[in-house]
Amino acid sequence: MKYTTRMGDGFRLEMTEAEIRKDIEDGTSDAAERADVEPMTDDEVAYLLDIYKCPDRSVGVQRGNEVVLSYDSATTKFKRCNVSVSKIQSLQIYERLLGSDMLELAHIDYSFKPVKPIVVFEQPILEQALLITIPPLFYGAMPNLGLYSQPDGPSPNPANLLPEGKIAEARASYEEQIDYAVADMVYVASRMYEAGADGINFDTTGAAGDAEFYATLTAIEILKKKYPDMCVQMGMASEFVLGMHADLYYDDVRLAGLYPHKQLELAQKAGVTIFGPAINIVSNRSLPWNLARSVTFVAACTRIAQIPVHACVGMGVGGVPLALSVPVDALTRSSKALVDITRLDGL
Amino acid sequence: MAVAHGVAAGIGGMRAAGDLVARMQVSQGMRIKQAKEHVASKLGISVLDIADPVVMSEVRDDLDLGRVNAVPGAAKGIDAKFRIAEVLDIEINCLNIFKKRTGLKS
Repeated sequence: MKYTTRMGDGFRLEMTEAEIRKDIEDGTSDAAERADVEPMTDDEVAYLLDIYKCPDRSVGVQRGNEVVLSYDSATTKFKRCNVSVSKIQSLQIYERLLGSDMLELAHIDYSFKPVKPIVVFEQPILEQALLITIPPLFYGAMPNLGLYSQPDGPSPNPANLLPEGKIAEARASYEEQIDYAVADMVYVASRMYEAGADGINFDTTGAAGDAEFYATLTAIEILKKKYPDMCVQMGMASEFVLGMHADLYYDDVRLAGLYPHKQLELAQKAGVTIFGPAINIVSNRSLPWNLARSVTFVAACTRIAQIPVHACVGMGVGGVPLALSVPVDALTRSSKALVDITRLDGL
Repeated sequence: MAVAHGVAAGIGGMRAAGDLVARMQVSQGMRIKQAKEHVASKLGISVLDIADPVVMSEVRDDLDLGRVNAVPGAAKGIDAKFRIAEVLDIEINCLNIFKKRTGLKS
């Protein structure tokens, strides 16, 4: 008998029970070896296997296991779909029609740098939204260190310097970009928190590698000293911090090469309130293989976390296929497996 | 994706007590089990009731914590947040700013 599942790119695939089990075992071994963490137990493998054998189109978590749902870049998603509603209307739709537990206001150019010159226009929108909405309302943006190098920013581009062997110059550029990014993140986050935001979401952290992770941790440390009660959410960009600078340390820990459970430890030290591990999809492997990897990486976080863990479970991460229109069967299986097996605090 | 995640794993936001559990994560950094227990204890309900929209509609109505339905006279926004802060015994950033701007003492 064959069961229908999908590849990491979303295309349908039929597999036997033995093939699914082998992919789950291979996936969890891959993650465990890479991050030096515990693989899934036999019971967890069997549970995930049952999820993929279930013929139902959608599945759900066991009653009582429901979690908090937060949405990064929430208001921009309506614009991306050409829905003609304002940001405040978008928030009301999330609040009153989509069952969101947390809300997030965002600028369509979702990075701290482009928000800086328009923050005075974002503040009154937030202030108005806070008057008429009820769930916690965050302001979110991406650290996006890529915007600080030429031609988009002031610093020499390390992607040009590194192929020329100019390693010291590339590192110096990253260090300069860190200073610019920290200043922008602290400025925008301060303005939005002082306008009343319940918290700030640093989304897709580490997308440009270790220098971006360092900049974000530093900005958060500054903000938490300034506003001890500020809630800080940090969603990561990937399962592995790329060593683009490769010689940056935070709290004596080298940032290059950190896997999610180690990212979490530093996030906690910096003052993060909610941590979001992001586990990348490998598009030419099956979803059972991919989801087993995600479960393994995320479980290593939830086992040691002192703060809530909201795994990133959107397109291309957390066992969700890399497809613009995500299939419900694949999405709900990721939701269920990550919540039921890893005891997540939110998605 | 929001709909599928909500159906598969969500507490349900204001349909149930999702926003209240989220408040405890945001304001106190509580993990999900502790946050649900805190909310259940403050509302006088069981942890299983947290995600039950029928039970929670009644509880939210009784305590005026805001509902998804348009109920005349019911708390709609910041008024509901004042009640939520009191019931859950937490501080909410925008309420403190609101009080400062309006000169409210408590």
